[in-house]
Amino acid sequence: MSKKVSVMGEYIKGLWRNNPIFKQVLGMCPTLAVTTSALNGIAMALATTFVLFFSSTIISFIRKLIPSQVRIASYIVIVATFVTIVDLVMKAQFPELSKALGPYIPLIVVNCIILGRAEAFASKNNVGRSMLDALGMGSGFLIALVMLGSIRELLGTGTILGFQVMPNFYEPWLIMILPAGAFLTLGSLMGFFSFLSMRRKRLLMNTEIKRDIEKKKPVIVNSAEV
Amino acid sequence: MELFLIFFSAVLVNNFVLSYFLGICPFIGVSNKLSSAFSMGMATTFVMTLTAIVTWLINNLILIPNNMAYLQYVAFILVIASLVQFVEMFIKKTSQPLYRALGIFLPLITTNCAILGLALFIDLKAYSFLQGIVFGVGGGIGFTLAISIMAGIREELDLADVPKPFRGAPITLIVAGILALAFMGFSGLISV
Repeated sequence: MSKKVSVMGEYIKGLWRNNPIFKQVLGMCPTLAVTTSALNGIAMALATTFVLFFSSTIISFIRKLIPSQVRIASYIVIVATFVTIVDLVMKAQFPELSKALGPYIPLIVVNCIILGRAEAFASKNNVGRSMLDALGMGSGFLIALVMLGSIRELLGTGTILGFQVMPNFYEPWLIMILPAGAFLTLGSLMGFFSFLSMRRKRLLMNTEIKRDIEKKKPVIVNSAEV
Repeated sequence: MELFLIFFSAVLVNNFVLSYFLGICPFIGVSNKLSSAFSMGMATTFVMTLTAIVTWLINNLILIPNNMAYLQYVAFILVIASLVQFVEMFIKKTSQPLYRALGIFLPLITTNCAILGLALFIDLKAYSFLQGIVFGVGGGIGFTLAISIMAGIREELDLADVPKPFRGAPITLIVAGILALAFMGFSGLISV
């Protein structure tokens, strides 16, 4: 929690560098369960972002009033209230989506991203920063869910957001929209991203060493920020 | 017979972890060692059984008769949190060996989505009191089974030469995927 992060940085860090799914491995249950299609992923991410945003705002607003012994219980009640709002609104306005997501909407209450951000960020920072942080984490969650949902929908049914993408002769891999496909897709994606970041770190280190050799300086390898 | 079906469907066919994706966090976090995974499973089973009983009673005796079903989520999560706290205190006072075996896992269970998921599923499927309890026990045993198998595999995985980027969470997820595939074989066993 460095205080020197710029205001914009609070938002941006959630998108990729601290992406809740790929980097922090939080909130796995909804991620795996609802991403059978890109649309479900988007709906889930928007619902979660809504809850995250308002609960972070409120928690940060009253952070000095909550005694630290009962803080977790207080956070959970605040989160559960907003989840109830989302659930009722979705049931009224988007009954089909609400049915598709089923019990995973109420399960946002125990989504570790929300409690994690409340505990790690909103309880220690002012309202403005907490709002930005919540929006950033929500957007990161959205990116991850859309990515996962699109891949699974594309391979599993040959469509993206309901539009036929794959040619007619394409035989859908049914396994991708079944539970096993969720685990396999997320595992492969995470492995791929950590491969990319490892490669970038190695390239960065190589250029640094090369530069140091050219300057005939002793080699100092910075442990780059994680 | 119906109770029997509910039990086996919760343990094998609709396994909480591998087909409902509930309780993934402990499934990935605490599955390093077989012994601790098993303890975690037992603690979860215990809390799930109690949760099934208590939330059913609250839901059907207090919330629904008074038309307060919209308070479900708040009520459930509060009940679960206090239940876990209470169980922890009770075990600490009565049985030290049991506390040493299960104690550290109990606080983690509050945020285990399998517990809240159980309460919600019981309400969603409109189970009777007895059915709810059987579903809770079955779900807990299914969770224990999945997390123990996973821990057994991961102990072996430590010896394997996994490509570097895949170490940790990615390979665990892929193993879980293969495990889910294997569990799909049970789906022909019972048609619910």
